Amino acid sequence: MQSAISLSLSSQSPITRSDFSNTNNACLPSPQSFRFCGLRREAFESRASLNTSSLFSPRLHSHSRFNKVFAALESNGTTSSSVFDYDLVIIGAGVGGHGAALHAVEKGLKTAIVEGDVVGGTCVNRGCVPSKALLAVSGRMRELQNEHHMKSFGLQVAAAGYDRQGVADHANNLASKIRSNLTNSLKALGVDILTGVGTILAPQKLKYGKAGSGDTTITAKDIIIATGSVPMVPKGIEVDGKSVITSDHALKLEFVPEWIAIVGSGYIGLEFSDVYTALGSEVTFIEALDQLMPGFDPEIGKLAQRVLINPRKIDYHTGVFATKITPAKNGKPVQIELIDAKTKEPKEPKDTLEVDAALIATGRAPFTQGLGLENINVETQRGFVPVDERMRVIDANGKLVPHVYCIGDANGKMMLAHASSAQGISVIEQLSGKDHVLNHLSIPAACFTHPEISMVGLTEPQAREKSEKEGFEISVAKTSFKANTKALAENEGEGLAKLIYRPDSGEILGVHIFGMHAADLIHEASNAIALGTRVQDIKFAVHAHPTLSEVLDELFKSAKVKVSTSNPVAELVPV
Amino acid sequence: MASPSLSFSSSLSTTTTPLLRPSAFFLRPRSSSTISAKIREIFMPALSSTMTEGKIVSWIKSEGDLLSKGESVVVVESDKADMDVETFYDGILAAIVVNEGETAPVGSPIGLLAENEDEIAEAKAKASAKSSGAPPAATPPPPPKAEVLISTPSASSSPPKATGKVVVTPYAKKLAKQHKVDVNKLVGTGPFGRISPEDVEKAAGISPKANNVAVAAEPAPSPPVVKGGASFAEIPGSSVVPFTTMQAAVSKNMVESLSVPTFRVGYPVATDALDALYEKVKPKGVTMTALLAKAAAMALVQHPVVNSTCKDGKTFTYNSSINIAVAVAINGGLITPVLQDADKLDLYLLSQKWKELVEKARAKQLQPQEYNSGTFTLSNLGMFGVDRFDAILPPGQGAIMAVGASKPTVIADKDGFFSVKNKMLVNVTADHRIIYGADLAAFLQTFSNIIENPESLTI
Repeated sequence: MQSAISLSLSSQSPITRSDFSNTNNACLPSPQSFRFCGLRREAFESRASLNTSSLFSPRLHSHSRFNKVFAALESNGTTSSSVFDYDLVIIGAGVGGHGAALHAVEKGLKTAIVEGDVVGGTCVNRGCVPSKALLAVSGRMRELQNEHHMKSFGLQVAAAGYDRQGVADHANNLASKIRSNLTNSLKALGVDILTGVGTILAPQKLKYGKAGSGDTTITAKDIIIATGSVPMVPKGIEVDGKSVITSDHALKLEFVPEWIAIVGSGYIGLEFSDVYTALGSEVTFIEALDQLMPGFDPEIGKLAQRVLINPRKIDYHTGVFATKITPAKNGKPVQIELIDAKTKEPKEPKDTLEVDAALIATGRAPFTQGLGLENINVETQRGFVPVDERMRVIDANGKLVPHVYCIGDANGKMMLAHASSAQGISVIEQLSGKDHVLNHLSIPAACFTHPEISMVGLTEPQAREKSEKEGFEISVAKTSFKANTKALAENEGEGLAKLIYRPDSGEILGVHIFGMHAADLIHEASNAIALGTRVQDIKFAVHAHPTLSEVLDELFKSAKVKVSTSNPVAELVPV
Repeated sequence: MASPSLSFSSSLSTTTTPLLRPSAFFLRPRSSSTISAKIREIFMPALSSTMTEGKIVSWIKSEGDLLSKGESVVVVESDKADMDVETFYDGILAAIVVNEGETAPVGSPIGLLAENEDEIAEAKAKASAKSSGAPPAATPPPPPKAEVLISTPSASSSPPKATGKVVVTPYAKKLAKQHKVDVNKLVGTGPFGRISPEDVEKAAGISPKANNVAVAAEPAPSPPVVKGGASFAEIPGSSVVPFTTMQAAVSKNMVESLSVPTFRVGYPVATDALDALYEKVKPKGVTMTALLAKAAAMALVQHPVVNSTCKDGKTFTYNSSINIAVAVAINGGLITPVLQDADKLDLYLLSQKWKELVEKARAKQLQPQEYNSGTFTLSNLGMFGVDRFDAILPPGQGAIMAVGASKPTVIADKDGFFSVKNKMLVNVTADHRIIYGADLAAFLQTFSNIIENPESLTI
């Protein structure tokens, strides 16, 4: 995701807001079309404020942003009404809370953020950020160890090795750097960082404080809950932090086991398998569903398995639950008891695994303890805070709780850092008096294995189900990285891009990529979905040659849409 | 671009099939004359208009697996992409004709599909018949397993059943499958007694890779197969015996040796003094092998370049110790037990060491460092009466010495007197990138001096 969008300061924008809507209406009779996205809307509506500021920074959720110190549009505002201490209090300074806070300041809201632990939340401290550091190492290790790959470049490399502590330090240093960038950006904008656990006492009233040191009670016009999640540990599994660990421990890389079992083959498990196998471990996956990588488009999953699992030192047990995991002690290895996920019987022939370590990557559970939800009559559902499509919290009677919103992992809509940030921005838009609904189908997701996997929108089975229900036709187009010049130059021809679209309208329903830099490539597709761009239009967009982005270029060009270009070039520009 | 997923169908069904593309028909009945048995051949599909041959990336199904309509069976790599190929027929995958990693032209059979269990045996026979006609590289004979006749879908899907508590690591499992090693017969030496990749490698006779973190099982570069190998005349009644692991290793080493530029230098050495010494020390258990190894080692001390190795074509690697590998024939194989530090051990210790090595070699208990750490090789065929021969330089060494038989030879000395002396011909093959003619000549001169004045050997 890229954060730099430059807006022309000249009053003539090539596309005006009304043009845009017309385009939509012309080719999109269906009401569930993606009418707008936050970014575009924001960009145009805030044009007025450009006059007062020399710098305009559209708010996009991205880690790259943390590296910038913003010239604030204005300092943290004074409350519009003196009745409240703050216009907005955000509970949780993770990526979601941070994104919301930045946008709130821009909108002139007096904002505070309550954090009971460290600024940055899971993503920065125990998630996406440090794991990217480990994956950067594993990617290089993998390349250096692949003699065949090196030879095909004509390179000679002596045996590659690594220093575990050095690798661990890299991850840790990255996390602290991003954490301080994040803290500084909040401070620079004048957001008050209130340390302690935040508890809602009543609507518009909350307290915070560290255990024992007394609480402070404050009032706020609006409250956003952004408390995130913690690793989920199914019952029967004893986590000792040494031989049986969660991602929290694994990211510290305190040891590299010879053989590690990874329970769960989603994003987290898959990324760690990439790290561990590159560092020399053997891996056994334990997956409750019948196939590995259950969240991915099946075709992508199949290819990914062929590249990321089969040739590596990995085996797997699918359709099984790990009912009991005992850490290594008294000279015995880690013991894992398995049962068949369907019959609940011990799985034959092997019902117990003995390994050096086990990583529990079964997902994440929302963290809402101590939030005081009972004070506003809210009951969590499987731990999640129930919300409507505008992130407004719903109480036990199914009614909206005024002035309380919940974003990110705590609401469980889409457990991704950037989704949380986008939800936060959406809430701030509403608080500033503009209705806004975030289109979750335009939010991309990525798995940073080598090569990477990325996706946006619907998978093929989901799209098929939807098309049958709603009675439209779908088509699938695919291109291979094998035909891409840049990929071949890098000797990374393994990969596939897949487009699921409506041949009648050219609407993009989903894009899935497996291949080199897939995580960076997906944004052309996610932006197209967010902006409602059609296949027949985007295929005329020019891509630099030779680049990996031509994989998507070819993908769009290979799609067969029955309508012609909906919006020919509006104006001839002589060059 | 080919359509996303292809299916194969049979031309038996003449009615319309719900196929995406007509070109996807690539399964046809084995023969039109036998109507009852419906064994179908699975053909290499044409995945693109430019495709002439395809590589089998992987068989998703194994022999004996039940297939149902629409299931992916095999992954084929074309010039453009990898495609899953689906079956359009229910049946049993009776035989795989073209294995993973191998290539076949478009339209040629890559596997056989039987309609029911009874036909599997027939299909297998058919498959092996096909193998014998085809180029050797493309057709490893289908393993004649009895269990395929059971052919329940579960029978073939799971790795070897562990009856006792056999713990095998993921990579060890993969290696075992690849090298056809039965893990149930191994004794694990890994942590907690589990079977480690090294255990499997040892059982398969592979020396463990130096880089044991190497990942991505790259398809091993196929040995240079003689093109058009099928044109060798078939002599009726010949039997084909596959290489044992040891023989395969020898074969591989020999082919590899072709990449090294070698040359040979011969030298006659008088052995009367050596023979006399041998008679004297023989009762103490000293063997001729030990004497020759000791002499070679002593000569190498003075000519370290002959004990060096050229590893990358750019540098000399001077070996810190002198390890004399001695070639011995063992039950149809060839192995080179190594006398380590032969220059430092005395004759008696060396002889004793040699005896141990030979015993271990017979029992197949040599440890890798006991047969692959040589820096110089000695090969002696003198005991068979061979008077001269030349040896092939084993990869990774600088020189090898071929010793012929010692026999009485008429010699004319500088004064014109004739005499009869025992002489043996010694022929050294060396890597000319690092060892030049003068080096070998000087080395042989030293060696000859030592043999002709062998007292120094006993010190």
